[in-house]
Amino acid sequence: MTRSVCRTRRIRRSLRVSGAGAAALLALSACSSSSGSDADSDSAGSSSSSSPEVSGQVTVFAAASLKESFTTLGEQFEKQHPGTEVTFNFAGSDTLAASVTGGAPADVFASASPGTMATVTDAGATDGAPSTFVRNQLEIATLPGNPDKITSLRDLTGSGLKVVLCDKSVPCGGAAQKALEAGGLRLTPVSYEQDVKAALTKVELKEADAAVVYKTDVKAAGGKVTGVDFPESAKAVNDYPITLLKEAPNAEAGKAFIELVKSAEGQRVLTAAGFRTP
Amino acid sequence: MTGLGEASDRPDGDDTTDTDEPTTAVDSTGGHAPDGGLDTRLVVDRGTFHLDVALTAAPGDVVALLGPNGAGKTTALRALAGLVPLADGHLRLDGVALDRTPPEARPVGVVFQDYLLFPHLTALDNVAFGPRCRGAGKAEARARATAWLDRMGLADHAGAKPRRLSGGQAQRVALARALATNPRLLLLDEPLAALDARTRLEVRAQLRRHLADFEAVAVLVTHDPLDAMVLADRLVVVENGRVVQEGGPADIARRPRTDYIAQLVGLNLYRGRADGHTVRLDAGPAITTTEDLSGPVFVAFPPGAVTLYAERPTGSSARNLWHCEVAGLETHGDQIRVDLTGELPLAADLTTVAAAELGLHPGAPVWATVKATQTHAYPA
Amino acid sequence: MRKPGVPRTGARMVPVPLLVPALVGLAFLLLPLIALLVRAPWRDLPGQLASPEVWQALRLSLLCATSATALSLVVGVPLAWLLARTEFPGRGFVRALVTLPLVLPPVVGGVALLLAFGRNGVIGQWLDAWFGITLPFTTTGVILAETFVAMPFLVISVEGTLRAADPRFEEAATTLGASRFTAFRRVTLPLIAPGIAAGAVLAWARALGEFGATITFAGNFPGRTQTMPLAVYLALQNDPAAAIALSLVLLAVSIAVLAGLRDRWMRAS
Repeated sequence: MTRSVCRTRRIRRSLRVSGAGAAALLALSACSSSSGSDADSDSAGSSSSSSPEVSGQVTVFAAASLKESFTTLGEQFEKQHPGTEVTFNFAGSDTLAASVTGGAPADVFASASPGTMATVTDAGATDGAPSTFVRNQLEIATLPGNPDKITSLRDLTGSGLKVVLCDKSVPCGGAAQKALEAGGLRLTPVSYEQDVKAALTKVELKEADAAVVYKTDVKAAGGKVTGVDFPESAKAVNDYPITLLKEAPNAEAGKAFIELVKSAEGQRVLTAAGFRTP
Repeated sequence: MTGLGEASDRPDGDDTTDTDEPTTAVDSTGGHAPDGGLDTRLVVDRGTFHLDVALTAAPGDVVALLGPNGAGKTTALRALAGLVPLADGHLRLDGVALDRTPPEARPVGVVFQDYLLFPHLTALDNVAFGPRCRGAGKAEARARATAWLDRMGLADHAGAKPRRLSGGQAQRVALARALATNPRLLLLDEPLAALDARTRLEVRAQLRRHLADFEAVAVLVTHDPLDAMVLADRLVVVENGRVVQEGGPADIARRPRTDYIAQLVGLNLYRGRADGHTVRLDAGPAITTTEDLSGPVFVAFPPGAVTLYAERPTGSSARNLWHCEVAGLETHGDQIRVDLTGELPLAADLTTVAAAELGLHPGAPVWATVKATQTHAYPA
Repeated sequence: MRKPGVPRTGARMVPVPLLVPALVGLAFLLLPLIALLVRAPWRDLPGQLASPEVWQALRLSLLCATSATALSLVVGVPLAWLLARTEFPGRGFVRALVTLPLVLPPVVGGVALLLAFGRNGVIGQWLDAWFGITLPFTTTGVILAETFVAMPFLVISVEGTLRAADPRFEEAATTLGASRFTAFRRVTLPLIAPGIAAGAVLAWARALGEFGATITFAGNFPGRTQTMPLAVYLALQNDPAAAIALSLVLLAVSIAVLAGLRDRWMRAS
């Protein structure tokens, strides 16, 4: 099971290669590392299987930043409900929203921004109102050990530093802009990256000195970057809404998956990945 | 083969001079090694093909390498130009060893088979290319090229691109281009092969004149005996990478030593043993000849000397009478070439009228005769 | 037997098993373009195109694609000559390596470029240490990324032309006293000019549309590294209408340039 999920994800991933940037290269390693967290999440899983009989395939469209935690939750779900198979499509929220409104057969949609979710709701594609299940916060990703001694958002505006931001058209870029405005700062990056993973990759490859990304991304990068919190990030918190879709081919299982995400154990996995509870 | 007529049309006086120059079979040393001119032995290995050809020529000589396709003529030419490395042998031109000299540094001019005029350059620039490469200034090179084109009667076409030139004009531009570098060795690869029959006649005559004017060594490669005989002072026949016969044009035409040459010059050729006026052929029957010889000999006679009869000629005095069968018929100019098998395989030429009267068709039995006076026997 | 010189029968001569797939293929290539035209926000187009950012991206695209083509010519033509006209051990292998960028996903190419020429790259760290040159996030970086992706097209095209060209013209030149380089410069180069032009056009078109390697290696900054394809991609995130408008501009420019070149250069071939 783990293997098939993993493979699906990788294929999807490479389909989005143009957007995902260098992160596509890392998909392989991410795949093996996510299966390492099986053991500790396993024990918690079997205790609360109260839902009715669900089976078959569940298709979940989820924002790229949810990749690690949702993969773990997917494995848990399959263990709790033998006979089910969770298929993920991880991509930028906007791309996913476009697919969903375009009629892609998905059960669950988890977005990285309320704005994107709104386009799906407006199109009448959701079954009920979406609810916020986690929030994500920005953090500065610096080179390992923070050699440039960056302690605040203001430090990034200093000359000589190569900073990358997300493009304003993607959620992390919009959030970074909001944080900069909140601090009354002007920052000229060397590049506006096409998504958060691409921004992070530039720091991981040491091409950039710092990037403004999500806390969850810093966490997922492990020791390859060092995270620096900054107070302005509180002004740019991202809510992550999740919803069942109207045209869901397997609504029962979809509902059960959303339940798992919102449950205590689901929240634990998500906070372990760096998300904040709503 | 038209070669025959041309060759035998030569005044008999030529024969005497030709016999002065002995027909050497495979004499690779070439006798005298001149200080001036060309002295070479070309050995080239190309997989299964092995070329080993020796050539000597004095300045002013025009030597023709004659041979069938694949004999190695062009390879020999390319080796002379330095486009193919020598595996062995030597190459001296005017006493200077050129074995290791790259092609661009050899005082050699080449006229390629299809001329290889640079299509993007005008006739003038094509001719000026060599002088330019050999260090002449732009103006000087053009002046020289203009002079050469003038000499070739092409002054009006100096500005024309090669594709606007006729075959004969292109040939002359190619010759001018090769001569414009003042080579000490001029190589011509099938210089007339790309031309149609009419142009060929005219260009052949012009080329002969230009070659006569050329003061250094010229080597031309051809498979056409007529070109070779008209243009060259000396013929070197190459088969399978070896020299099989060497000599003056008339001599070779009269005394071929291989089937290839015999066919080339349009002769029936047989090998046999002579005993007085009778030659017992290796192929079977005997031939009566006018020459009085003994030992191994060649006997040759032209297809035109053969007379055919539908019935065995009773009153004929001809001693050389064979019973044959028609194997094939082929139009040859205004003549019919008849291929015969039977007692003696031979080729006969007769007029269309005669062929019709005889009612010739493949498989028809005929009697063939040749007068002894029309045969020619010579020691093998 | 059909008399020669009678027109009209062209279409009937084409066998159906060839004609049908051919038409399907043609439709498949054209339909998306037609859809783009049909759904284009024509009314908003003037507004979209008035934005200086569009022209900035277009100018950068043209500059970078042209520079990448020039760079490809300078090193790609000699490389093609080497592959077509010389024998050396491992030539087939080198040839395969040259075509590698054709199959490599451009994003991977971009990462590879970062690993080689990045600030921390195998060569890049020395460039930085000795000359203070860093290539990522610069216009030069865009040109390099595009060259990496586009040059194989040029090399393959020119090599094919060279193989088809008669090498005896070079030989003729050497017998006239030209060195091998002179023969190449004065004879071969003019002879294969149409092939070079075709290869350059291919490379230019490929460079113009380059996205993956560019955004990975050079990043995305308006005016410096944001070429049209990058602008299109990012516009697609939240303003598909703008993306379509930008695509139409790119399409129009490339068609105009290719048609112009076709008349001027390609006729010779």
